[in-house]
Amino acid sequence: MSATKIYVFKRFERFWHWAQMLLVLTLLTTGFEVHGAYRLFGFERAAGYHTIAAWSLVGLWVFAIFWHFTTGEWKQYIPTLAKVDAMIKYYALGIFTDAPHPFRATRLKKHNPLQRLAYLGVLLFISPLIWVTGWFYILHDNWTAWGWDKYLSLETVAFFHTVAAFMMLIFLIAHVYLTTAGHTPTSHIKAMITGWEEVGDEETGAPAAK
Amino acid sequence: MRNSTTRRWQGVVAGLWLISAGAFAAAEIKEAKEAPPVRLDSTADHSKFKQLQGTFDSGPKVTKACLSCHTEAARQVHRTKHWTWEFLNPDNQQRLGKKNVLNNFCISISQNYPFCTSCHVGYGWKDKNFDFAAEENVDCLVCHDTTGNYKKLPGLAGHPAYKPVETPPGSGNMVKPPDLAKIAQKIGKTSRDTCGACHFFGGGGDGVKHGDMDSSLAAPDKDLDIHMDATGLDFTCATCHATSSHDVPGSRYKPTATDKHGAHIRGKMGQGNPATCQACHGNTPHKEKARLNTHAEKIACQTCHVPTFARGGVATKMSWDWSTAGQKGADGKHMTRKDDHNHVIYDTRKGDFVLGEKVKPEYRWFNGDISYTLLGDKVEKSDVPTGVNRIGGSPADGRSMIWPMKVMRGVQPFDPINKTLVMPHTAGNDDIGFWKNLEWEKAIADGMQNMGAPFSGKVDFIKTEMFWPITHMVAPKDKALACAECHSADSRLKGIDGIYMPSHSQKRWLDIAGWLAAAATLLGVLIHGALRIVMSRRK
Repeated sequence: MSATKIYVFKRFERFWHWAQMLLVLTLLTTGFEVHGAYRLFGFERAAGYHTIAAWSLVGLWVFAIFWHFTTGEWKQYIPTLAKVDAMIKYYALGIFTDAPHPFRATRLKKHNPLQRLAYLGVLLFISPLIWVTGWFYILHDNWTAWGWDKYLSLETVAFFHTVAAFMMLIFLIAHVYLTTAGHTPTSHIKAMITGWEEVGDEETGAPAAK
Repeated sequence: MRNSTTRRWQGVVAGLWLISAGAFAAAEIKEAKEAPPVRLDSTADHSKFKQLQGTFDSGPKVTKACLSCHTEAARQVHRTKHWTWEFLNPDNQQRLGKKNVLNNFCISISQNYPFCTSCHVGYGWKDKNFDFAAEENVDCLVCHDTTGNYKKLPGLAGHPAYKPVETPPGSGNMVKPPDLAKIAQKIGKTSRDTCGACHFFGGGGDGVKHGDMDSSLAAPDKDLDIHMDATGLDFTCATCHATSSHDVPGSRYKPTATDKHGAHIRGKMGQGNPATCQACHGNTPHKEKARLNTHAEKIACQTCHVPTFARGGVATKMSWDWSTAGQKGADGKHMTRKDDHNHVIYDTRKGDFVLGEKVKPEYRWFNGDISYTLLGDKVEKSDVPTGVNRIGGSPADGRSMIWPMKVMRGVQPFDPINKTLVMPHTAGNDDIGFWKNLEWEKAIADGMQNMGAPFSGKVDFIKTEMFWPITHMVAPKDKALACAECHSADSRLKGIDGIYMPSHSQKRWLDIAGWLAAAATLLGVLIHGALRIVMSRRK
C-alpha cells in the first residue's frame, strides 16, 4: 500500500498551531481557575499567567494574520457547503465501515469542508467574543478614566467571556478527537508535526470515490 | 613609567587633601562641643519657666500657669468634642457625642460621670452641672504629658490623684500621686501614649471597644502598624490626625468614607480630613499594579490593608450580653469566669462577653453617614438586632466604599413599655449603681431621671449591634490581603451586593450548562471513538 504524502502545513503554520495550542491550554486552565472552578495556581498567579498568555496570543496572532494575508492562506477558510453532507455521512457511518475518506487534502485545500466551517466558526464567532470581552477585561483599569464604566459592567463582560471559554473548550475536545479521524488515526497529527500529510492510496484515496 | 609617576603624584595630593579636610572637621567638632547644648524639638524648655517652678496641689492650678502664656488654649479646647463630648451631626441634626449617645459596651455616661470623665480633657465633671465655661477646668497635662506619670483615675471626675492611692483597691499597694510640677516642666507634643491613655482603653479596658486601637499601638512593630512602627516611621496619632487649634480631625460620628480630594498640597484650601489614607497617598497609590488602583475606586484602603484587627496581642470585645449579669459565685459573692487565654468572659456585674483576637472584619458598603438610636427613639424587641448606630451606604450612591467594620453585638437593658433604650447608673460605690447593687430598676431609674427621660420601671433586654469602622493597625503591603481572600467562593466579601468578582460571583446556571455541554461533547467523542475501535476489530 503505497501512501501518497503531500506537504500541507508549512513551518510557520505548524509553529503557529502548536504555540497556539499551548497558549489556549494555558488560558483555559488559568481562566477556569480565575473563574473559580478549581484551585491550581492560586487566584493571583492564575490571573497573572492568564494575562501573560493572553498578550502572547495577541502577539502570535499578529504574526499569524500577517502570514495568512501575505501567503494567501486565508482562502483556506472560505466556507463551502459542497460535500459537507459527504463529510457528515463519513463521520456518522463511513468511518466505522472503513469507507474511504471523502476528502483528499491538497496544498490549496488543506481542510475538509466541515473543518472549514468549524474553523470559520471559531474565527468569526468564538474568537471575536473571547477577544472583545478579554480586551474589556484587560482594559478594565481604564474604564473609569475613559468613561466606559457607564456602558459596561464587569458582570456582562465576564458572562460572555465565560460563554466563549466554554465554547472554546468544547471546540478543543471535538478538535482533538477529530485529529484521529484522518486517513489513518495519526495522519492528521503527523501532518501537523512534520508538515507531510498522508492522503491515502492513489487509487482509493480519491475524493468521493463513491 | 610616566603613568605610574602621575598616579603617585595624584596619591600624594589626595592624601594631603584628606589630612587637611580631617583637620578642618576636627576643628568644627571642637567648636560644636564648645557651644551650649540646645533642644531641637521645641523653642521652649518648659523646665526654665518660672511659672512652672514649685509645687502644684491641683490640676486646675497647673492649667492656670499654662494659660498665663498660652492665652487662647483653653478656649480653643472648649470648642472641641474632646471638651464638650457633644457633636451636632449637620446631616441629620442628631445631637451626638459621649454626653448623649448610648453604646452596647458600658452603655452611657449618665450618672457614671466621675468614672467616665477620667477620660475627659478636663477637671471636675462629676455630674451634669459641670461648668463647661471654666478655663482652668481644661486638663492640659493629659494630652501633653511626656513622662508617662500623669494618670487620671476612674472615680475622680477627671482629676489625677492628689494623695497616695491604694492600687488596686484592697491590695495595700499605695501609689504616690504624680508630681504635677515635674510633669508640667516636661510638657511636649502629644504622643501615642497620651492619646492612647484614653483611646486605647475605650469601653473600660485595653482594646475593649475599637478593636483597631489598644495598648499594643503604644510601641507597635512594623507588622502591627507600618506607620506607627516604633523602630521605623514612628508616627504619632497626630501625624495623621494633624491638628490645629486643638481641634483633632477625624471623627467617628461623621467619618470620611470616600476621599476624592487626593493627596494634600500645602497652601491648597478645602482639602478635607487630613487623617484619611488618601490625604497622603492620593487616590492612585499603587505604582506597580495599576489594577489595585481600580480596586481602590470601590474598596476602602483599610479593607485590604487592615487584614485583621486586635492583632497586637490584646483581645477586643466582640459581644456583651448584659442580660446574664447578676449570677453570683457559690460563696454568694461577685465572680468572674475566664477563658483559656485568661480573658474574663463572665463578670457578675456585667454579664457574658465574647472576645476576639486577630479578628477578620465584616465588610459593608459605607458612605460615612451614621445615625444613632438615641434615648427617646423607639425600639422594638426582635431577633433582628437593633442598631445602636446604623451606617449608610450602597453600591449605587456614588459615595460609598466597601469598608471593614467591627460589628459589636450585644444584649442590653431597655424599657419594654416606653420602647426605648435606657441609660443605667452602673459605676460607683453607692446604693444605686448596678455594679455594686445588681438591681436594674433602681439603676436605670436613676440614670434616666438624670437625663430627664421617662422610664416605666419595667426592664427587658434587647439585641443590639453597633458599627465601628476599622482604620488603624495598617499592615505592611506584603501583609495586606491576598487576592484569594476575596476572589474565592469563600470570599470575605460574600454577601456584598453590587460587585462582580471573578472566582466568587459566577453564575451557577451558566457553569452547569457549560460543563454539561463540555461533558456531553467528551462523551460523544468517546463513544464515537469506541465504536470505531469496536468496528475495526470486528473486521
